[in-house]
Amino acid sequence: MNARDTILDTVRRNQPAAVELPVVPMFDADLPALWPQFIAGLERMGGKFVEPAPSADLNALLATLFPQAAVICSATPEVSGNRPLSAVSEPKQLDDVDVGVLRAAFAVAETGSLFLSEIELGVNAIAYLSQHLICLLDPADVIGNLHHAYARPEFRSARYAVLMTGPSATADIEGVLIHGAQGVRSLTVVVAPRLPN
Amino acid sequence: MKRIDHAEAASHFIAAKDNEAFHDKRLWDLRQKRDRIRDEIPEWQALRDLASVIKEHALSHLAGYLEQFETQAKLNGAQVHWALDAADHNHIVGEILAARGVKTLVKSKSMLTDECELRPHLERRGITVVETDLGERIQQLDDEPPSHIVVPAVHKLRGDVAEVFADTIGTDRKNDDPHYLSEQARLNLRPYFLDAEAGMTGANFIVAETGSVVVCTNEGNADLSANLPPLHIVSVGIEKVIPRLADLAVFIRMLSRSALGSPITQYTSHFRQPRPGSEMHIILVDNGRSERLGLADFWTSLKCIRCGACMNTCPVYRRSGGLSYGAIYSGPIGIILNPTQDLRKYSNLPYASTLNGSCTNVCPVKINIHEQIYKWRRVMSEHDQLPFAKKTAMKIASRLLSDPKAYRRTIAATDAALEYLPRFLLYTRFNAWGKQRENPATPDQTFYGWYLKHRSKPK
Ligand code: SF4
Repeated sequence: MNARDTILDTVRRNQPAAVELPVVPMFDADLPALWPQFIAGLERMGGKFVEPAPSADLNALLATLFPQAAVICSATPEVSGNRPLSAVSEPKQLDDVDVGVLRAAFAVAETGSLFLSEIELGVNAIAYLSQHLICLLDPADVIGNLHHAYARPEFRSARYAVLMTGPSATADIEGVLIHGAQGVRSLTVVVAPRLPN
Repeated sequence: MKRIDHAEAASHFIAAKDNEAFHDKRLWDLRQKRDRIRDEIPEWQALRDLASVIKEHALSHLAGYLEQFETQAKLNGAQVHWALDAADHNHIVGEILAARGVKTLVKSKSMLTDECELRPHLERRGITVVETDLGERIQQLDDEPPSHIVVPAVHKLRGDVAEVFADTIGTDRKNDDPHYLSEQARLNLRPYFLDAEAGMTGANFIVAETGSVVVCTNEGNADLSANLPPLHIVSVGIEKVIPRLADLAVFIRMLSRSALGSPITQYTSHFRQPRPGSEMHIILVDNGRSERLGLADFWTSLKCIRCGACMNTCPVYRRSGGLSYGAIYSGPIGIILNPTQDLRKYSNLPYASTLNGSCTNVCPVKINIHEQIYKWRRVMSEHDQLPFAKKTAMKIASRLLSDPKAYRRTIAATDAALEYLPRFLLYTRFNAWGKQRENPATPDQTFYGWYLKHRSKPK
């Protein structure tokens, strides 16, 4: 017998008496106001938050946030950047990106998380190799909790999906919190309603 | 296999006073953070109940869910392998890498690959394996196993890390600033991420209905390992399969809250299909799990989601350090997992517990950890695996435990005695615990005495 059949056989022989699968409720009665909870969650996890004036130019904003940035790579049409993602044939070419710019598909108030998949990322590695990340978010795209998040169709269609909550972090040396462990050193959420299409 | 002498091993850790004091404080801090964030979620206990029942459902239908996962994953374009044991697993990984001429493998933290001792196996085959989780990297460079399943180097102080890095990656020996050390690790690891031909991750959960592999990290190192090289290998224990995405919500809500007291890990990543032009291989590993499933008293240990909360809360673990358990899994969860791998080697571990039940109280999937520890003691004594001193003490204890009244009398008397007995009577070789530590201060009252006094009067 091959390993697969041996394992499944032993499992079948040893399975304990059947226990029924429960219904998982949405736990969404009396959820707190979405936007303030999202901001608080994001900041607790080390994310930053900027709300520009409604008419502000995002390219100009970016220049004030990261005046030193030489390479800016944007996966969203609101920001142009100077490294077109379409020219990237291998993920490692993003190694020198100073600032990556994305738009989250949606965000989760409970945890302060942003949802990103290969659709939003273009090249997945942009979210990890960039030194800093800017993520545009339309406040209308914030949902209540993780139960609602996992009911979204994106989790069934995306090849790769991440709930990103703050920048890369570690506390592996004496519990000292450090941002920029391996991935991005900072994550800034910028309020930006979606462009009408 | 030589029997692990936990008390003896712990004595070395306890001798490093600063490490022990920090270890104790840091883990208790994690426990308190967990308590605070639990209190933010009114449905916490409901979530624990759900998590427990979902796991029991999944384990009682495990074969079916494994088949469903396999079917889905294959439809998604992943390749699925089955490994009977550690050797089988290591062989499969080695073959996948060899067939593609892989020289360097970047890895995110996986307890399973440590359990299988994958690293030495691949190194013998000439493959460079690079751990990319900072704590795990520190442990790799120091040639030590992880001492904690979530924070692998928690037993080390900054000075220890500075020494390890100075010896291995050439940092300034005198600079022990954690910011400096972390930055050096980042700079050291970056080229490996860029150039490795393969990446490997474990999995916190796999979802049967979608064939998704779910990995939780704070550093984003799993995402770097899986999103850069053209080959992603996933090693996962067969007990990690859950039925639906709806179930995943329950576990993700609890995992990091229980582990670190944060609402979620910085990155919760879902790998469903390989990137275009790249490969994804998933290895489903048994290594004793299917047999454990048949142990009436112990199968629920397979519900474990490896959050580490039981370790953080355990007074024995906090004071003795993970390495003293002589196993990949340490702390309360280690005590109940390890004996199924090697009864004799780990026959001493069930005594590294006060049976205070704190582990059971914090466990997000409601495993009756302390009861299983007690049951393992019974198994050990039935198999005559008890060292002499414990046997003598246990004979007396078992007489007492089977007679609640005598037990209460004795506890009251013992506690009174503890206050007055001279040290030489308390700290003899018959009290294995007394060797390394002072006995705890005696409470003025026993719990039972307190209960009798304070319980509400029957109406
Ligand atoms: S036994 Fe429970 S508390 Fe301990 S690591 Fe596993 S899930 Fe967490």
